[in-house]
Amino acid sequence: MSKVRVLVGTRKGAFILSSDGKREKWDVSGPHFAGWELYHLKGSPVDPNRLYASQTSGWFGQVIQRSDDGGKTWFQPGTPPGEQTGPGGMPKGESNKFVYDTSAETGKPLTTHQFYDGKQHPWEFKRVWHLEPSLTDADTVYAGVEDAALFKSTDGGKNWHELSGLRGHGTGPQWQPGAGGMCLHTIILDRADPKRIYIAISAAGAFRSDDSGETWKPINKGLVSPYIPEPTAEVGHCVHHVAMHPSRPNVLFMQKHWDVMRSDNAGDQWKEVSGNLPTDFGFVIDVHAHEPETIYVVPIKSDGEHFPLDGKLRVYRSKSGGNEWEALTKGLPQSNCYVNVLRDAMAVDSLDKCGVYFGTTGGQVYASADAGDSWAPIVQHLPAVLSVEVQTLP
Amino acid sequence: MIRVVLPGHLRTLARVREEVQLDIKGTVTLRAVLDGLEAQYPMLCGTIRDHVTQERRPFLRFFACAEDLSHDSPDAALPEAVVSGKEPLLIIGAIAGG
Repeated sequence: MSKVRVLVGTRKGAFILSSDGKREKWDVSGPHFAGWELYHLKGSPVDPNRLYASQTSGWFGQVIQRSDDGGKTWFQPGTPPGEQTGPGGMPKGESNKFVYDTSAETGKPLTTHQFYDGKQHPWEFKRVWHLEPSLTDADTVYAGVEDAALFKSTDGGKNWHELSGLRGHGTGPQWQPGAGGMCLHTIILDRADPKRIYIAISAAGAFRSDDSGETWKPINKGLVSPYIPEPTAEVGHCVHHVAMHPSRPNVLFMQKHWDVMRSDNAGDQWKEVSGNLPTDFGFVIDVHAHEPETIYVVPIKSDGEHFPLDGKLRVYRSKSGGNEWEALTKGLPQSNCYVNVLRDAMAVDSLDKCGVYFGTTGGQVYASADAGDSWAPIVQHLPAVLSVEVQTLP
Repeated sequence: MIRVVLPGHLRTLARVREEVQLDIKGTVTLRAVLDGLEAQYPMLCGTIRDHVTQERRPFLRFFACAEDLSHDSPDAALPEAVVSGKEPLLIIGAIAGG
């Protein structure tokens, strides 16, 4: 029977939740890296025992962790136990090193972006928000970081180099931080076209590369953001998350700061599909594993009130790719619920029926084993959940 | 033998329970101690000093012998009590909160 492994990043550590295919009884492992913020964990599609984790701290900076046994043990790539120094006696630990490319040859030395005060501000590395393992090579992984940039490792996370064409393509000086910082939070790889990569940045917007990350273009036409000086600007939009179904890589779904959007041409043009949602503010969006037109969001009241409308935690599902939405409430708290669901905190498994999972800032991880029709908490009292990823295992 | 006390999060990262002990050759400076610490515990690279600039991370402080050494030159000799191992070098995470 298949198994499911849920990787949960929280404000104070990581947790791994495991179940068989029935998804009724769960084992909880953790906290891993107790006391540290775990922004994201994700497994390799090539080797499900290969996990990458972003461990971070305002005090101690960024640490990349890797597991080669499905999360039982962890190590920092390039820092094997017992091997204390590298060539020339210099310390290792290079896996924690994210250095912006400012070389004239490849970096097109870009050093500033727009800051909260409208002035230009130096790019400063703060943390890794999202790790996206390659679809074809377990040792290749992408990292989306704050301040916004895309990094890549081809040696299992030991060394990282920036794909600097993104920051350097021309609009970088117009990017600015959202309330959570200027983060590159979404990375989507295209199984049908290995050279295509989508990314999204708060608050710059969505971007696409068709040449493996060498060159980039903004894909924000159709987005309207009344809270920026030019509401239909090429960049500057606060995109919260983007999702894609692997079978239809040209169809993208976006939860923007406000508005739920859809593109049918790889982001070249977007249209709003908020439809009958009670509020179209939110952070997460995801797609059913087997039904590419079935999508999920969790509406949040507003940008000033980051909790569900009326204290009712409701997932909304559209089976028509947007516009027509139904509230999913069975098993979810329908009174006095004032948690948030952050942008990377929803995922689906690929069992039949499709499982849907999300975590809250109140420390609950909810699971549905019937595509959202009913829900139950796996755990209820974790630290605030930052990210949820799911692995479906043989 | 130089004694170094790490903050709890870094003890976890370095997989040590108590203070660590380092054998430092030559003049015992803050830079020499941190170099030795990172050589012995490479997983700490970048967590105390910035990877590139080698500057102290903003929310960390260096104390020894009831003195705050955080703003001293990293190439200044550490107090004799630290050099002799009588007193530890304390690496402290800034206390934040209400």
